[in-house]
Amino acid sequence: MINNKKDYLHQLKKALTGSDRAIIQDALADAEEYLHNTLSSIQEKNPNISETDAIGKIIEGYGTPDEVAAAYKEIEVHTSPYKKIEVSPSTYKEIDTGTPNQIVSQGNNRRSWYLRFFGIMADSKAWGALLYLLLSLPLGIIYFTWAITGLSLSLGLLVLVIGIPVVGLFLLSIRGLALLEGKLVEALVGIRMPRRPLFSNRNLNLWSRLKILVRDKYTWLALIYMIIYLPLGNFYFSVFVSLIATSLYLILIPVVQIIFNYPLFIIYGVGYYFPVWLMPFTVIGGILLLFGTMHLAKALGKLQGRLAKVMLVRPYN
Amino acid sequence: MGLEYISDMDKKFQKELNAGIGALLLLSTLNKSTGPLYGYQIAKVIEESRKDGPMIKLGTLYPVLRSLEENGLLESEVEPSVTGPPRRYYQITEQGRKTLEHWLRIWFQTKEFVNKYLKEENQ
Repeated sequence: MINNKKDYLHQLKKALTGSDRAIIQDALADAEEYLHNTLSSIQEKNPNISETDAIGKIIEGYGTPDEVAAAYKEIEVHTSPYKKIEVSPSTYKEIDTGTPNQIVSQGNNRRSWYLRFFGIMADSKAWGALLYLLLSLPLGIIYFTWAITGLSLSLGLLVLVIGIPVVGLFLLSIRGLALLEGKLVEALVGIRMPRRPLFSNRNLNLWSRLKILVRDKYTWLALIYMIIYLPLGNFYFSVFVSLIATSLYLILIPVVQIIFNYPLFIIYGVGYYFPVWLMPFTVIGGILLLFGTMHLAKALGKLQGRLAKVMLVRPYN
Repeated sequence: MGLEYISDMDKKFQKELNAGIGALLLLSTLNKSTGPLYGYQIAKVIEESRKDGPMIKLGTLYPVLRSLEENGLLESEVEPSVTGPPRRYYQITEQGRKTLEHWLRIWFQTKEFVNKYLKEENQ
């Protein structure tokens, strides 16, 4: 028997036992959002209704925990590699699928700007993007070193017979790194990077595999990506470390100056301090900068992710 | 017992029919909307225009939203809410719009064919 929201969520969790953790989390978040909103709207209209009655009504519309769990499991099974849908210019224009609704026409343009601005801290994509951008420097160094070393070694050895297997292995390793980078983008930035096997035919001999590898545009694009990733990573890393350091410093100025008595800067032994009346503004400024930094991280992460997608992933034909 | 059996079969039939329709309805809702919507709002829009239409369990629409996003047809943003759990605002992407156009064509083709076919059956 389900008496309240908690019971429902508990039952839903039970019904999803054995599913992927992310799926369970999604299902619980979705259900909680719906139950909460519907419950408060029902209770608003009818303050005397008990939660048990209300939840019974809600379940009729939303579905029992078992029904809902089944729907999530279905999606889990069907999450197939994404296929690009070719779109030709369509002549079909008359689209009428029902009466427009009030909510739809209003949309959420009324969403308050401050929620949109401060909500960024609750956005896992922004944190993922920030981590990705901070990782880009060490990764950039690794990719760059590997690409340049491999390239010069391959070119140098190409005049000898052993040069050919070296080239093959090197190019293969570049594709491997591209795959790794794709997985990272997918996990941290949330951009889908569909993977397809490099060699569609398993019975190819080594020589034809090498030919495919060399002829494939994406091998060379991946190599270029590995090389330009270092300066880009350098840029991202310095920008974000400076931004975060600056905002933390601005926030902590009162602590640094008043409690530790450490000046803003020292010139020829003379310490310069921020006037106390300015401190509330530096703190507010620091907080705003921190939130702004997260927005920038999300945007730049997405941009870099798109670049990765263009350079590393072959679109479906 | 017989009646219950029939209604279970009916439910199953309806559920199977709904499988693809859900995605179509969600895409169309977000296509019509002028701004991003969160799950509950989308559910409410669909529920309100449903009236006597087929029974669609709203809970089964949420996972479809997730999978549409995974396929790049929607994009979303989480926002904390003052009164309750955080809300995930969905918005249709350019690819979503193009896909919807295709799906609508498929839907109307299917509808026309089925209607015509069933009419022949009735005569």
